[in-house]
Amino acid sequence: MDAFLNTFFNFEIMAQALPLLLKGAFMTLKLCSVVILCGLIGGLGLALAALSPNKLLKWVSVVWIDFFRAFPPLVLLVFVYSGLPFAGIKMSPFMAVVVAFFLNNSAYFAEVFRAGIKSIPRGQSEAARATGLSTAQAMFHVILPQAVRNVLPDLLSNTVEVVKLTSLASVVSLSELLYSANMARSVTYNASPLVLAAGLYLLVLWPLVRVTSRYQRGLAVN
Amino acid sequence: MNADRTMLEITALEKRFDQTEVLKNIDLRVREGEMVFVIGPSGSGKSTMLRCCNRLEEPTSGAIMIDGQRITDIPRRDLDRMRLKVGMVFQGFHLYPHMSVVKNVMLAQTKALKRPAAEAEARALEMLDQVGLRHKADAMPNELSGGQQQRVAIARALALDPKVMLFDEPTSALDPELVGSVLKVMKDLRAKGMTMLVVSHEMAFAREAADRVIFMDGGYVVEQGTPDEVFGNPKSDRLKSFLARVLNTDEDAA
Ligand SMILES: Nc1ncnc2c1ncn2[C@@H]1O[C@H](COP(=O)(O)OP(=O)(O)OP(=O)(O)O)[C@@H](O)[C@H]1O
Ligand SMILES: [Mg+2]
Repeated sequence: MDAFLNTFFNFEIMAQALPLLLKGAFMTLKLCSVVILCGLIGGLGLALAALSPNKLLKWVSVVWIDFFRAFPPLVLLVFVYSGLPFAGIKMSPFMAVVVAFFLNNSAYFAEVFRAGIKSIPRGQSEAARATGLSTAQAMFHVILPQAVRNVLPDLLSNTVEVVKLTSLASVVSLSELLYSANMARSVTYNASPLVLAAGLYLLVLWPLVRVTSRYQRGLAVN
Repeated sequence: MNADRTMLEITALEKRFDQTEVLKNIDLRVREGEMVFVIGPSGSGKSTMLRCCNRLEEPTSGAIMIDGQRITDIPRRDLDRMRLKVGMVFQGFHLYPHMSVVKNVMLAQTKALKRPAAEAEARALEMLDQVGLRHKADAMPNELSGGQQQRVAIARALALDPKVMLFDEPTSALDPELVGSVLKVMKDLRAKGMTMLVVSHEMAFAREAADRVIFMDGGYVVEQGTPDEVFGNPKSDRLKSFLARVLNTDEDAA
């Protein structure tokens, strides 16, 4: 029992590793912010393109969305980081992670936005257009606010996925939370830093998951 | 107001959806300040005709003049300005559920008409007053009855100072006891001189309040005249059988 506690819950080692892990956690947060922000904007753009009356634009964006939703994110990351240099495109680990996860994540957000926009009855945009609002004004003032409200739980759970996804960045030696914890483990020959990292992930994700399912229940009730 | 001035004129309007020809040849005129009712069986193209008048539907051929402007010739990018002159009220109200009542009435004023917010708000409250709902200005649409929602929808259209109001079965989705409040607003509007084209199944109201009634069937205007002519002395067999049908069901419902 003592051996178990000493290997997994050694507070002395945790305390030693904490500064390094907090630095990693900060990197994870930075990654998440950039990927989620770009993903939201890119996803909205893709969703609007996929719903556009322009056939070519629509077709291209639908294929784009499907492709990057189907493509495994880890494969995508390795390809961007280690494959693209063969084509002369070299990126820092941070940039490679941002690019790969942006491609993956914006496709997921696009799908969520698209479902949200399609859930709004046609009468809403017709009423808006009939009062002289342009297509864009009707979209931004009438359709999108309702659409976002309808898919808020999905947007939130997608955000949770991004936080989990960023742990894959350790494979390109980006010192985010998981990578830092693993470093600390190999230096200390002790698993406690990994447990601490898991704890930090849960600290951020658990409230998010709670909010999501609470919101989902709220929608079901209404 | 010049009672002989034509406010809305439809000439040889035709509308086809793919292969189905919904409007075959519609001619119709509404003078300034007139309230004209359109009746006819389901599927006869009444809504389609109305929706052509603000180009929510693109006419296949023919011409529509509104307030001296040939709106069928307007390029797509200029449609928004034209639509400010043509108010439309739908069967399903279509209020924006995420905005308060007063914001519903302000939105197009500030975004399409570019009125300053304070002016738009004053105008919105004035219009809500006109439909008897000023006290609901800060309510959300889902807190209102159907009749109240429809009156807000009317205020929303009126706030843009339209030249013509189009109504597509404005009371069909309402519980019978709420119909009266909407009809009253329409009657007040007529007294104020608003030009109105109304698709409706409210035969009693048409008889009492309409200046003229138009009977549509199979994509044509089959018969038109004063309410007394159309209801009291129908000429075509199609109108006779239509009236027999709807008046019968009215009695059944009563
Ligand atoms: N967007 C569309 N695409 C194809 N067909 C359509 C479309 N809109 C209407 N139609 C068809 O046009 C015909 C006329 O429809 P419309 O809604 O104008 O009739 P209506 O007289 O308003 O009927 P109701 O009294 O039931 O409202 C119907 O047969 C309908 O199926
Ligand atoms: Mg109809």
